[in-house]
Amino acid sequence: MPDHQTASAGLLGGHRPDGVSGAAIDLVGVTKSYPGQGAAAVDRISLQIPAGEIVMLVGPSGCGKTTTLKMINRLIEPTSGTITIDGRDVLSLDGDELRRQIGYVIQAGGLFPHMTVATNVGIVPGMLGWDKKRTAERTEQLLELVGLDPARYRDRYPGELSGGQQQRVGVARALAADPPVLLMDEPFGAVDPITRQRLQDELLRIQDELHKTIVCVTHDFDEAVKLGDRIVVLGEGARVVQYDTPAEVLAHPADSFVGDFVGSGAALKALTLTRVGDLDGLQRTTTARVGEAVADVVARAHAVGDAAAVVLDGRGRPQRWPWLRQLQAEGDVVLDRDEDMPVLDLRATLNDALDSMLGSSYGGVVVTGRREAYEGVLFLQTAIDAVASTRRGHADGPTPVAGNDEDAARALAGGGAS
Amino acid sequence: MDLWSFVAERREQIAFQAFQHVSLVVQSVLLATVLGVALGVVSHRRAWARGLASTISSIGLTLPALAVIAVVYGATGQGVTAAVAAVTLYALLVVWRNAVVGLAGVDGQLLEAARGLGMSSTRRLLRVQLPLAWPVILSGVRVSTQMVMGIAAIAAYVTGPGLGGLIFTGLTRLGGAGALESALTGTVLVVVLALVLDLLLVLLGRATTPRGIRA
Repeated sequence: MPDHQTASAGLLGGHRPDGVSGAAIDLVGVTKSYPGQGAAAVDRISLQIPAGEIVMLVGPSGCGKTTTLKMINRLIEPTSGTITIDGRDVLSLDGDELRRQIGYVIQAGGLFPHMTVATNVGIVPGMLGWDKKRTAERTEQLLELVGLDPARYRDRYPGELSGGQQQRVGVARALAADPPVLLMDEPFGAVDPITRQRLQDELLRIQDELHKTIVCVTHDFDEAVKLGDRIVVLGEGARVVQYDTPAEVLAHPADSFVGDFVGSGAALKALTLTRVGDLDGLQRTTTARVGEAVADVVARAHAVGDAAAVVLDGRGRPQRWPWLRQLQAEGDVVLDRDEDMPVLDLRATLNDALDSMLGSSYGGVVVTGRREAYEGVLFLQTAIDAVASTRRGHADGPTPVAGNDEDAARALAGGGAS
Repeated sequence: MDLWSFVAERREQIAFQAFQHVSLVVQSVLLATVLGVALGVVSHRRAWARGLASTISSIGLTLPALAVIAVVYGATGQGVTAAVAAVTLYALLVVWRNAVVGLAGVDGQLLEAARGLGMSSTRRLLRVQLPLAWPVILSGVRVSTQMVMGIAAIAAYVTGPGLGGLIFTGLTRLGGAGALESALTGTVLVVVLALVLDLLLVLLGRATTPRGIRA
C-alpha cells in the first residue's frame, strides 16, 4: 500500500476513509498578469476541483490553461487571488516544499537523462528524507503500478526507453511520495496515437486504484472526453466557458465556441464515454495454457461451442487467439505470441474497441484487466449493441462552482473549504 | 653530442623541469576550472552575460601570451606568479566559455521538471545542470589543458618554472653545443606530456560522465 503515514504527515492532507486519497483544490479569483501586457493571461478564475476526480482543462493554445495549472503548484506565482488544497492556502507555503507534495507530469516525462529510472523515481522521496530501503521499495512498487518490470527497468537510463515507457516513468516519479494531487501538462502529447491510447487507459486504471485529484491540461478534446470526470473549457484569459461532465459538454455545448471545440461527430465522440469494462457482453471464451495438451483444449471448446481458444502465458496474459483447427496442428499448446492480435484494457473506450475490431481480421477483441491478465473477449455485435444503449457521464452530483466573476469567487470563498 | 646522451646526462634535471611544467599546468587548470564553472554559473542565465562571456573569452584568447606575461611580470616582479596568472587566465577563458555554453544548453523543460518536483535552485544546479553540462565543461578543460601546455612553456621566458627553460636556453644559444638538443628535448616533452594529460582527461571523462549521457 502507498505510504499513508507520509501523506497524512504532509502539508496537504489526502487519504480519506472513503478511499479517496486526493484533496480538493479551490481557485478563488486567481489572476496572472504580466507587466507590459494589456490583458491578463488568467483573469480572475474561480474553480472548484472536487477531491478524487480527474478534471481536464481544455482550450485553444494561449488561453491560459497551462498558466492556470502551473499556478496550482506555484511554478507560476499568481498576481492575485487565493488557491487552497484541502483547505490549506498554498500561497502561504514554501514553494519548493509545496511542489514536493504535488505530483507534476510534463510532456515526454521530463526525465533526467543522466539518472537511472530508479534514481529519477526516487528524487522526491530522497528530498523528503526517506531512507534508501524505503525509497527502493516504493520505486519497485511504482514501476509495477505503471506496468514496468522493476528488475528489467530499474537500472536503465531514459535514453534506453521508448517514449511511452519514459512517460510511464514520469508518472511513477510524480506519484513517488504519494501526493494527493497530480498535475499533468499535456502528458501524452509526444507519443504516437496507439501508445497514447494505452497510456490513457493505464492512467484511468491507476486512478481507479489511487483516487488522486488529477488536473490535466490538454488541447485534445477527445482526450479530455476520455480521461475527464469533468471538463473545463477555457477561452481567452482562462475564461470558464463551460464546466461539466464530458457527456454534458458533448450533448449540450454551452455556446458556439464550445460547439466548435467539440467539433463534428459529437455522437461518435460519445462512444469514448463508455468503457469496455462497463459493457455487459464480455464473453469468457475457452482458454488454453501454454504446455497443455491440445486435445483437452479442443474438448473443452467443443463442450461450450467455441471455434477458437485464447492462449495464455504463465501469468494469465493472452498471447494469441487461434482457431481450433490451427491449434490441432500442435501436440502441446505453444506460446508463439501473435503481435497482431487485438488487445484492449478494461478501461479502453467503446471507440477504441470498435477501432481495433474494424482494423483487425478477428471480428472481436481480447480484453485484459490488471497486470494484463485475460478478462474475456468482446465481439463486434456486443459493441454495436452498446452503441445504441444509453450514454453516461463519469461524475455524478452537482457541478462544482466555476467562473470568472465576483459571484463565483464569493460562492467559493463562502461555501468552499476555507 | 647527440640527443640521447644530452637527455641521459641531464636526466634528473629534465625530469624535474617536466614535473614543474605539468604541476604548473595541472594546478592552473584546476584553479581555472573552479573559477570558470563559478563564472559560468553566474553568467549563463542572461543573454547579455552570455554575450559578455563569449566576447571577453574571444578577445582574451587573441592577446599574445608573451605580452600578458610581461605585463603581469612588470606589475609584480614575480616570475612564478606571472606564469601562474597567465596560464590560469588562458585556461579560464576557455573553461568559462564552455561552462556557459554547457549550462545554457541544458533543456529548459528538464529544469522546469526539476522545479516542479520541488528541487531548490541549488539542488537543481548540483543534481541536474552541472551533471548535464559536465561533458561540455570537460571538453573545455581538455582544450585549455592542451593550449596552456604551450603557454606554460612561453611563461618560462620570465623565469617561470618548467620545460620552457630548456627551449629558451636552447634557442638563445642556437649553434652552440647541445643548444638544438635542449630546445628539441623541451619541445618534444611538452607535446608528449600534453598527449598524456589529454589521455588522463579522457579517462576522467569516462569515469565521471553518467552512462545515460555518454556520447
